[in-house]
Amino acid sequence: MAVNDISFNIPSGEIVGFLGPNGAGKSTTMKILSGYIPASSGDAEVCGLHLATKSLDVRKLVGYLPEHNPLYLDMYITEYLLFAAGMAGVKNPKQALEKAIDLTQLSPERNKKIGQLSKGYRQRVGLAQALIHDPKVLILDEPTSGLDPNQVVEMRNVIKNLGKDKTVLLSTHIMQEVEAMCNRVILINKGCIVADNSLEGLKQSSPQDSLETIFRNLTSHVGSI
Amino acid sequence: MWVVFKKEIRSFLGSFIAYIVMGVFLAITGIFMWLIQGNNVLDLGVASLQVMFNIAPYILIFLVSAITMRSLSEEKRLGTIEILTTRPVSDISILMGKYLAAVALIVFTLLPTLFYYYTIHSLADPIQGTDSGATWGSYLGLILLAASYAAIGLFASSLTDNQIVSLIISMVLCFFWFGVLSLLGDIKALDAIGKSLEWFSLDFHYQSISRGVLDTRDIIYFLGFIATFIGGTKLVFESRKW
Repeated sequence: MAVNDISFNIPSGEIVGFLGPNGAGKSTTMKILSGYIPASSGDAEVCGLHLATKSLDVRKLVGYLPEHNPLYLDMYITEYLLFAAGMAGVKNPKQALEKAIDLTQLSPERNKKIGQLSKGYRQRVGLAQALIHDPKVLILDEPTSGLDPNQVVEMRNVIKNLGKDKTVLLSTHIMQEVEAMCNRVILINKGCIVADNSLEGLKQSSPQDSLETIFRNLTSHVGSI
Repeated sequence: MWVVFKKEIRSFLGSFIAYIVMGVFLAITGIFMWLIQGNNVLDLGVASLQVMFNIAPYILIFLVSAITMRSLSEEKRLGTIEILTTRPVSDISILMGKYLAAVALIVFTLLPTLFYYYTIHSLADPIQGTDSGATWGSYLGLILLAASYAAIGLFASSLTDNQIVSLIISMVLCFFWFGVLSLLGDIKALDAIGKSLEWFSLDFHYQSISRGVLDTRDIIYFLGFIATFIGGTKLVFESRKW
């Protein structure tokens, strides 16, 4: 079992950092919430809709960027995003395309094939496909992994911008990422939640320690049980 | 479904596979029909496309498998299957979009062979003295046969993330359902069992339709065959949920 008894509630307009060491169950939780796999038991709800029974409706409300950002490298950016819009049932795909390109600042490269793009731009294409249908909830699995420092900063700014009117759940194991973007942190280890607090609350729980030390203490503590 | 269909068609036409498939099919059937000495239409002196309809099922085993080999295996390999299946689209719509795109490409590949028909139709003595019933029956049979191969190919593609493995599985399965089962009917030792098994072969029903007589049993067989393999594909495709 990858995750066990994970329960959390995210109000809209919040950017939540979903943290945990590798193999903690972050990706599995995100796959469940995005509707890719069902929970073997228990229930997950997004915007009040049960995933088990209303999976297709939930998927309309969720934008998902999977880990490793899978893309069709032989497609053009606009072609791919129009395809993503079609799959999401967007009524006015061209308008949605322009908005997504604008939000992710893809304009300089918009006429290129995805295979020709740098990793940073590919990540933006992944993000653009996730938000093409203007979802209420964005689930981003390690959105900045593998990017160079400049690209990381740019990506963070894009996500922060999006978080103003969307609920964002992003997974990472980098503490700076959380400090830079998130209002709240959910920390999991070995499939269980070990902390669910605002960033300030987490810092105050152990004022003398850095966030990284708090992260290590929380995750190694459970690991040694 | 049509969004996936359009994407697949674009992807076929954007890659070389579609052009290779069409070119190879036309080249091989053309060589057999017009060039191979002693066996070509002119030497045989019969105004019919039978030469093409005899050879086409074997060529299509390879070509249809080549068309479908990347349908799902490539999505698995790239991880894009996660993008597809987290969109508000049902699994069966995704599969049908891919399947129908493969069938459309095959029909498109067969279209230029109508030129052969026109040629023979014009060369026949008396002019236009070809057996059009048998010809159109054979075309329908060939399309249904290729559509069955495509269902097998899609199924094979769902089993692996490796295109080559998918190609091989698909070819083996197509050959089994077309050729091997049909050969069992010829083995005298198997007697009635062999004949029963032969009934399940694609070849048996292809030959039946090719005679120009539309028998609903043949049509139902082909549609059932296709539905079974698409059902199998759906089962494998959904195995991520288990």
